[in-house]
Amino acid sequence: MNVSSAIADRDVEWKDSITTESTFVRRLLISAAFLYLTLFLFVPLAAIFAEALKGGLAAYVGSFLNDDALAAVRLTLLVAAVAVPLNAVFGVAAAWAIAKFDFVGKQVLISLIDMPLAVSPVISGLIYVLLFGAQGWLGPWLLEHDIKIIFALPGIVLATIFVTVPFVARELIPLMQSQGREEEEAAITLGASGWQMFMRVTLPNIKWSLLYGVILCNARAMGEFGAVSVVSGHIRGLTNTMPLHVEILYNEYNAVAAFAVASLLTLLAIVTLIAKTMIERKTDSYNRRKMQA
Amino acid sequence: MSIQVDHVTKRFGAFTVLNDVNLHVQEGELVALLGPSGCGKTTLLRILAGLERPDQGRIFLQGTEVTDQRISERRVGFVFQHYALFRHMTVADNIAFGLTVLPRAQRPSAARIQEKVHDLLGLVHLQAMADRYPSQLSGGQRQRVALARALAVEPKLLLLDEPFGALDAKVRKELRRWLRRLHDNLHVTSILVTHDQEEALEAAHRVVVMHQGNIEQIGTPDEVYENPATPFVYQFLGDVNVFHGRIAHDRILDKEAGEPLSADADASDQREVTFVRPHDLELSLSRTTPTQLEATVQFLITAGARVHLELASKEFSEIIAVELTKERYRELKLQQGDVVFVHPKQLQVFRMPSPLTVKS
Repeated sequence: MNVSSAIADRDVEWKDSITTESTFVRRLLISAAFLYLTLFLFVPLAAIFAEALKGGLAAYVGSFLNDDALAAVRLTLLVAAVAVPLNAVFGVAAAWAIAKFDFVGKQVLISLIDMPLAVSPVISGLIYVLLFGAQGWLGPWLLEHDIKIIFALPGIVLATIFVTVPFVARELIPLMQSQGREEEEAAITLGASGWQMFMRVTLPNIKWSLLYGVILCNARAMGEFGAVSVVSGHIRGLTNTMPLHVEILYNEYNAVAAFAVASLLTLLAIVTLIAKTMIERKTDSYNRRKMQA
Repeated sequence: MSIQVDHVTKRFGAFTVLNDVNLHVQEGELVALLGPSGCGKTTLLRILAGLERPDQGRIFLQGTEVTDQRISERRVGFVFQHYALFRHMTVADNIAFGLTVLPRAQRPSAARIQEKVHDLLGLVHLQAMADRYPSQLSGGQRQRVALARALAVEPKLLLLDEPFGALDAKVRKELRRWLRRLHDNLHVTSILVTHDQEEALEAAHRVVVMHQGNIEQIGTPDEVYENPATPFVYQFLGDVNVFHGRIAHDRILDKEAGEPLSADADASDQREVTFVRPHDLELSLSRTTPTQLEATVQFLITAGARVHLELASKEFSEIIAVELTKERYRELKLQQGDVVFVHPKQLQVFRMPSPLTVKS
């Protein structure tokens, strides 16, 4: 054994002795973690697909290919298509304001953005019922003008937007704060307009975090149950989103169909997780590069 | 482009960053704004660029008032301390940025932009780095890219905010000489903000010394170094020995070295403070005049071009710093513990309000 490998060996031993436990304890901890996750996450997930495919592939596919299920899928996609872009734009604007400017009430704004995470989704839905419902503050006026918000698409969209407000903004605020204003100032001194500065300097610097926030926002928008349940009215084929459709089917003891639709939502979650992991990897390497710059 | 700063005041909350500042810079000059951190020099630079607005006062560029003009209309190039390069763009794209954001009618053709970028890369000696990203460059290279990027739009005024502050000493020295040569070739009016007195004295035609939001002195490097207008300038530009009070009057001041103080100047609300630079102190091994100060050599640093000594005297509590040439040091054959007699070749006396009588 030559000298350098002897030193390397001693280094490893030394590191082992202070930073890790014995092999037995290590294995015990790792197996405990795996067992826990298997029991509480993987088994239920597998059960969804097992239940969904219980009646065979034909019954599984048939569960989607009826008017009510398709309407629920369409409604969920529509709600997400409205809520996610709006919250992406709002998130960028709010993060921009918070990270790049100093103004009175900045802390209040940050707290407001976080509020939907602290409030129970059911209450988020109730707020809109109290505002726009038949007995609500604006109810009589809306009724007079024949505008339907509660138990209709606008209410579902509003409740979804409320619940998903924080996702993009929270992702961007710390990043934009750490990036500072210098690159934007440099762009302006070089003659860029506000729009050119945003499109060519700000947006490229935040794109991965923005995408990450949008994916989380989308997952929540499609999966939201509580707030939407309160404002939807559960009208089949009209105001039922996918999560609500699952509940109705299950309450009707139609387990196969319920689990089949649920498996669609689960697939969405899995796709989200994969996309999230890939983007995290991208942002990590991007941030490393940024740190050096 | 000539610059006129007219009674500019800027406050951040209760803190006055710039206090009624006036400054005139001629076309083609390279002026250094020098001062400790917090003296307002960066704020003044940012006001000139249009990145900040003054609370009071006006800014004229080439005789035209620009106080309310937008940054993009001022045609200034700004170089940031931490480079502020666009991290997702290559070096070439960084340099081209200012040209590519021009309105279509004024924008040069793609081939022309490429040609210009190539020329600028040559100017900053980075031809081989065109396709690299900022993170792949050293600090000195990044700052040269930042400078090329600022020059691409052919600014009439170049503003540099501590451009070499984040670099190590050797690179800093190289770059400031290079900057001076570059300026001699381009003649673009430039303002350099720095807290490094050596940098200011070496690079600039004129130095503006700032302190607590005020301009203390404006002059050529020689003027501010040889004839500091205020005690602050004296202390900020190089090492200095400060002697207080009567003993300084009797011991350090003799008729040959400095002008003696007149009797009536010794009023009770004034305090005499004598400033002497370490290299203006002459040492001898025996007493030649009665006023010489007797001191003991406490510490010697002989490495380097000059020899630095620290002397202790019974008459002063503070250490006296002395700088000798190698020749003089060899003549004197000084060692630790030797007794020497100190005599100033040049000094300056300031009268300042006595801290003891400030209350009255």
